[in-house]
Amino acid sequence: MKKLLILGAGTAGTMMLNKLYNELEREEWEITIVDQFKTHYYQPGFLFIPFGIYSKQDVIKPKYDFFPPGANVIFSPIDKIVGEENKVYLEGGKVLNYDFLIIATGTQTRPGETEGLKDKLWYKDIFDFYTVEGAMALHQRFKDFEGGDLVMCIPEVPYKCPVAPLEFVFLADAYFTGKGIRDKVNIKFVTLMSGVFTKPVATKVLGGIMEEKNIEVISDFYLSHIDNENKKIFSYDEREVSFDILTIVPVNMGSEMVARSGMGDDMNFVKTDKYTLQSEQFENIFVIGDAANFPTSKAGSVAHFAGEILFENILSAMEGRPLQAKFDGHANCYIETGFGKGALIDFNYDTEPLPGTFPLPGIGPFGLLKNTKMNHYGKVMFRWIYWHILLKGKELPIEADMSMAGKKRV
Amino acid sequence: MAVKTIAGVQVNVSDDGYLEDMDQWNEDIAKEIASGLGIELTDEHFKVLNYLREKTKEGASLSIRSVGKSGIVDVKGLYKLFPKGPLKFSSKIAGIPKPTSCI
Ligand SMILES: Cc1cc2nc3c(=O)[nH]c(=O)nc-3n(C[C@H](O)[C@H](O)[C@H](O)COP(=O)(O)OP(=O)(O)OC[C@H]3O[C@@H](n4cnc5c(N)ncnc54)[C@H](O)[C@@H]3O)c2cc1C
Repeated sequence: MKKLLILGAGTAGTMMLNKLYNELEREEWEITIVDQFKTHYYQPGFLFIPFGIYSKQDVIKPKYDFFPPGANVIFSPIDKIVGEENKVYLEGGKVLNYDFLIIATGTQTRPGETEGLKDKLWYKDIFDFYTVEGAMALHQRFKDFEGGDLVMCIPEVPYKCPVAPLEFVFLADAYFTGKGIRDKVNIKFVTLMSGVFTKPVATKVLGGIMEEKNIEVISDFYLSHIDNENKKIFSYDEREVSFDILTIVPVNMGSEMVARSGMGDDMNFVKTDKYTLQSEQFENIFVIGDAANFPTSKAGSVAHFAGEILFENILSAMEGRPLQAKFDGHANCYIETGFGKGALIDFNYDTEPLPGTFPLPGIGPFGLLKNTKMNHYGKVMFRWIYWHILLKGKELPIEADMSMAGKKRV
Repeated sequence: MAVKTIAGVQVNVSDDGYLEDMDQWNEDIAKEIASGLGIELTDEHFKVLNYLREKTKEGASLSIRSVGKSGIVDVKGLYKLFPKGPLKFSSKIAGIPKPTSCI
């Protein structure tokens, strides 16, 4: 029997397991997936927990619910990959051999990378919403918040779901308006980037929404440390911003396992060919999802589009054919803007997010870079799509390659 | 893309003034770009510039964090050397492409 091994059973790993399990001959291939945890988190749902829109129960399910019945599942932390020997070591020394390997170990938050973050005020006045624990602690804190400075800070790139911090401040605006204390809450958006997004057209549109909602944007702010005594954050060029509640996207890094395997860049993201999704070091290793270092958003939608390319290429590699499918970096993100509305961006390696309609030219129903009610329903539907279609590796009626149809160059 | 004369040499630059070909770079070009940004280059600056050029040649993607961990300079030091644009200005002066913070 030949062996296919998948490391990480999050969004991307589970999706690839389902796709390939249905395709590969059972008598020929043994498929195994490894993860350290038994619970699957719907991470996009974390955003809604602080505002009481979702509870913990809405975002967790057992991982087993999503595995095909005949797959081998191992729950264990992964120690390292030895690519030269086609071996994976689990914590405790158990060794797994493979003919082909898929790395899907994602990215995790590293609050320890920032001085003063995991200190006295951690989960008292300082929170993340990138973990279920952080999101729930923030929900408690919001309940009795009577006003003051609410700071959202992005200290490092890349981080997963680049629009989540924007959505957070938009939802905070709506939440405190609903509580009747919006005039007492100063919302500040602090980022190391030069604007609210990296690409010019989207930055202009989203920056406009910030202004409309009276959210202060403080840009080019590279966080140096947090002063817990005086409740201030400082940048390396010695600017300061004070906070009553600080919400932060802790530095995101790939798994330490990647560093131990000698396959990562300085943020532990696996060096990967951005078109073929093959490891730069080993021909029988492929990489998908947040774990890879390719220059597009780290998002579930990206993993979905990349999944179709990876599926084709790994089958080619298994049959000794050249890798012909090319990933274009396609990303598609709904942006909650509060009050039942949302925006949508669709882009790839070469084309920045542009205005227009999606997926049908002139019809939609979704408006690109527009703030509409329909886009909000897109986001609401995403949770259903995630559990029922995306994880199961089924097709969505959207092409893997980004399309220019319906988009306007500006 | 445009052709510009910097320190007496014709070089290709991008719309926002980054050298298109890092092999057209020399120290005089660096000094002239730097003075346009209000920076007078010292040996400390050149250590960083050479590091950035080496890493770029190796195909590494650069971030302020990674330069800060290089052992050549820490992040605070990098800000002191290139105020207001620790990575953008240093890249421009080093003759390498504009750093992309990809999200
Ligand atoms: C707040 C928030 C909002 C988001 N919103 C959206 C959105 O609206 N739309 C969207 O498309 N995406 C969104 N995302 C991003 C999306 O959730 C991720 O991009 C996606 O889950 C990535 O999938 P992945 O499989 O690469 O990583 P993950 O799903 O994180 O899975 C990685 C798995 O690897 C396991 N693992 C890692 N290291 C090891 C090890 N050493 N040993 C054993 N197991 C290991 C982990 O336990 C985990 O199960 C959001 C994310 C967050 C945090």
